[in-house]
Amino acid sequence: MLLLKIAATHVRNRMRQTVVSTLGVALGVGFSVAMASLMEGSQRDFMTTLIEAIPHVEIRDEQREPAQQPATVLYDAVAFHGLRPLEDLRGIRNPTEAIASLREWVQGEFAQRLSGQAVLRYSGQDIGMTLVGVVPRRELAVSKISEDMRQGSYEALDTTANGLVIGRKAANRLGADLGDTVILTSAGGIAKRFKIVGLFHTGVTTSDEGLAYAPLKAVQILLEKPNIINGISIRLADIKLANAVATRAERQLGYKAISWEEANEGLMEAFVVRNAIMYTVVGAILVVAGFGIFNIVSTIVHEKARDIAILKSLGFPETDIQQIFVLEGLVIGILGAIVGCLLGFGLSSYLATVKFEVTTDIEMTRLPIHFSYLHYVLACSLALFSSGVAGFIPARKAAKLNPVDIIRGAT
Amino acid sequence: MIPAAATRSETAGSLLEARSLTRILPAVVPVTLVEDVNIKIERAEFVAITGPSGSGKSSLLYLLGLLDRPTAGDMLIEDTRTGDLSSADLARLRLEKIGFVFQFHFLLPEFTALENILIPMQKLGALPAKSQLEHAEGLLADLGLEDYLDRRPAQLSGGQRQRVAVARALANSPDLILADEPTGSLDSKATEQVFDSLQSIVKRQNTTVVAVTHDMELASRMKRRIHLVDGRVDYDRVQP
Ligand SMILES: Nc1ncnc2c1ncn2[C@@H]1O[C@H](COP(=O)(O)OP(=O)(O)O)[C@@H](O)[C@H]1O
Ligand SMILES: [Mg+2]
Repeated sequence: MLLLKIAATHVRNRMRQTVVSTLGVALGVGFSVAMASLMEGSQRDFMTTLIEAIPHVEIRDEQREPAQQPATVLYDAVAFHGLRPLEDLRGIRNPTEAIASLREWVQGEFAQRLSGQAVLRYSGQDIGMTLVGVVPRRELAVSKISEDMRQGSYEALDTTANGLVIGRKAANRLGADLGDTVILTSAGGIAKRFKIVGLFHTGVTTSDEGLAYAPLKAVQILLEKPNIINGISIRLADIKLANAVATRAERQLGYKAISWEEANEGLMEAFVVRNAIMYTVVGAILVVAGFGIFNIVSTIVHEKARDIAILKSLGFPETDIQQIFVLEGLVIGILGAIVGCLLGFGLSSYLATVKFEVTTDIEMTRLPIHFSYLHYVLACSLALFSSGVAGFIPARKAAKLNPVDIIRGAT
Repeated sequence: MIPAAATRSETAGSLLEARSLTRILPAVVPVTLVEDVNIKIERAEFVAITGPSGSGKSSLLYLLGLLDRPTAGDMLIEDTRTGDLSSADLARLRLEKIGFVFQFHFLLPEFTALENILIPMQKLGALPAKSQLEHAEGLLADLGLEDYLDRRPAQLSGGQRQRVAVARALANSPDLILADEPTGSLDSKATEQVFDSLQSIVKRQNTTVVAVTHDMELASRMKRRIHLVDGRVDYDRVQP
């Protein structure tokens, strides 16, 4: 208490300097908080969009390792050349059984798919398409495709055995419209008529121009893969389990299972890098604020050499002297942190109200701000750490001052 | 040096003892401030340290007050050798047993007279807060400063400041007051006041006062006089 009183007196009597260095800390903390809220907000916003758009776990008819050839299985550690690899009829067989076995332990929705390449022909024009055979009700449960429908409906695939849903862009390119009949031709040369029952627009050009949905049965016939699928999409009740579910499903079924995190590994790494950059900037701001504190405490130590000698002659030990000046740094740091938190809250609240007109769309977008007390705790602890260090260095010098030199010099 | 065991009985009862006390400033040409000083000071003594300017009076006082460490010899407080003590232990001894009064006032400029006296008391914490305040006010009143409690040092005259410094030295009821030319910067009236207050401390409180002075008239009014020349004790005698 006594030491704090002395420290507070020193700080109070240098109002202008104190205000300046307090503001330095406050600005550092305030901007750090605002930046962290914005960064985390945009990251969360992006993740939510991403998670809504893609399946949480996707099982494909692939193996992580290329399939072992019979010769390799038979003769260990022998290399073969010139042998033709065994033709593998790819696809997940017994899809019903596979899904039933997953359903036993996975909480969520499942959708089976068979996708393959096909050529879409209308009025003499051809477009290569990725054709996805779906069970419409299941697909609607795992994806948000219904939100992207612009004309017709996705559910119509349920009632129209040869229904087809394509992107509006692809339809425009062909000059086709809702209700028109088009011809799809598979790589195997089989052709089949389909009727356009829905048009979607996702905003992702590759989908809008090159993706087509049709009932699973129809696609199995077209691609000559009866009762076979090549993908299972899972939408989990708890998204955090994605990695665990993927790992277990892969072990259980023997097919490659990819969680949304793995599928977007590059993006996740980008977020890590982005956060690292952010925290470096936050750290740098607070180091600068620390310099302000270092400056004022050093000045006080210099000006107060005589007081230090007096306190020592009165019987204050070195540790007390050191504490007084560390406290001075901390007092400024705490004041700055408090003001900075208010500033940061005000700044992020303001940013949250700012609206942007996105040119291509009509809707207004707000800055995604995420409020979390952790941002404040982090910025404040960094600020306090920085002010503690900034006070500690001159404080140690103060503690080491020789009172006799000062008392002699003062005459 | 004399073996420690032999000296115990000899020095029993001394408040303060300097043994072959030597302080040399390390430099390219080392400066000898104090050389081979051997003195014993008892309780309730009023001692003058005199000597020409630069004879090492202040240097000796800093050593006696444990503010400086000797380069050779040892300082004993109540038979306890201080050479091996840590700086924190020395600080504790200063807080409990020693009060300094320097030539210039050396009060904390940002605190009032009263606060300056309370600070060492709060540091020691021997008294409850209320008694501290009463004691501090009493000390200032004894020195005729009851009307100046809330003044800052800058608002006091030289003599008043020096009396505040004396009051502060007395704050923790020390055994020893060390004063370095306490009246050196004062006029004759203020000198008289400060000297009287020091003298009454010795009489009333059984406290030892060691005061450096080059005022021969003042020195002659103190019972014992230690005279230094070139950092050595020239003579040490009790005056008639
Ligand atoms: N830091 C120092 N460097 C060099 N010489 C010093 C230093 N401090 C004191 N001295 C010298 O040591 C001698 C003793 O000083 P001091 O104890 O202050 O004497 P006094 O108080 O009797 O005037 C003086 O000659 C002084 O000039
Ligand atoms: Mg001197």
